[in-house]
Amino acid sequence: MLDFIMKLFRGSDNSKDQAKERLRLVLVHDRASLSPGLLESLRGDLIEVLSKYMEIDEPGLEVDFDRSEDAVALVANIPVKRVKREND
Amino acid sequence: MGEAIVITSGKGGVGKTTTTANLGTGLAHNKHKICLVDADIGLRNLDVVLGLENRIVYDLVDVVEGRCRLRQALIKDKRYDSLFLLPAAQTKEKDAVSPEQMAELMGTLKSEFDFIIVDCPAGIEQGFKNAISGADRAVIVTTPEVSAVRDADRIIGLLEAAEVYDPQLIINRLRPDMVRRGDMMDIQDIIDILAIPLVGVVPDDESIIVSSNRGEPVVLDQRSRPGQAYRNIVRRLEGLEVPFMDLEQKTVMHRLRTLFGIGGKR
Ligand SMILES: Nc1ncnc2c1ncn2[C@@H]1O[C@H](COP(=O)(O)OP(=O)(O)O)[C@@H](O)[C@H]1O
Ligand SMILES: [Mg+2]
Repeated sequence: MLDFIMKLFRGSDNSKDQAKERLRLVLVHDRASLSPGLLESLRGDLIEVLSKYMEIDEPGLEVDFDRSEDAVALVANIPVKRVKREND
Repeated sequence: MGEAIVITSGKGGVGKTTTTANLGTGLAHNKHKICLVDADIGLRNLDVVLGLENRIVYDLVDVVEGRCRLRQALIKDKRYDSLFLLPAAQTKEKDAVSPEQMAELMGTLKSEFDFIIVDCPAGIEQGFKNAISGADRAVIVTTPEVSAVRDADRIIGLLEAAEVYDPQLIINRLRPDMVRRGDMMDIQDIIDILAIPLVGVVPDDESIIVSSNRGEPVVLDQRSRPGQAYRNIVRRLEGLEVPFMDLEQKTVMHRLRTLFGIGGKR
């Protein structure tokens, strides 16, 4: 009960809760990152797989993380030169 | 065959050197043969915390570069015959010791000592990678602050990449009064975030500063609370199950006990 009244007066902006929330967000970002070496090797692997299906503009291929407020996505921009036909 | 334990952190100044000195002294008190290695090259500190600064002749870099024999560089503690320090070089570059040299040194030390405890440099650069080479286990020290916990998270990843698995956590400088007021993350918050097992919690306490002024690790002071906390960690490193000190409110203690499967009060 006393806790409840205290909360009413202070709101829920305990600095501890702020610390936890900020830490959570910052770690979402930190944890979703690859070293430059790994990112380069991911690029290479992507090119290898995609080349089975299409001709891509290799130097134009971009892979990176897109970080929004509380989520992280891997975004690839892959310029295609020509899609292979069935019996290419 | 001994075990090499590295004491690490992402952020500097969180208590690695204090931890190394106290755990080493505590383990030596319990009759283990201990070698402490100061791997924080260029920022030699462990000698001062142990009160051994006047006895240094050779250092870690002298040993790996073959300028002296290992025996000549090891400094015997004032209090315990089974405790030795291998001091850091003060004038060399951070990466004066290679990972291969460090691993070889650990191998040699492990044939002579029960535990080798390595005081690592903070951060994630080459000096850190050199220091953890050849380690069997790692302890990560953090304070209950956002920046320190964030940097600890990086260290967990780097240890894994270096194939040092299952690190354990020490939360240092906890302030129970601030936790009660809701102005400091509690033990459980930090464990939830880092998801590694806890090996100890050390309160923020003036006696730590007094003891480093004197060069006498606080673990030897029977009446000090951080001293008790370090003695508990020592016993956990020896493989014993020791209940956690009641530094916080009962509720957190209860959650901790259930988390670690430790029964009611002993
Ligand atoms: N639990 C504690 N309570 C009070 N002071 C502490 C505590 N732990 C460490 N300190 C102080 O904090 C400072 C940094 O500690 P140190 O062990 O040198 O950190 P690191 O080796 O990680 O840089 C020192 O002055 C030390 O006395
Ligand atoms: Mg230090």
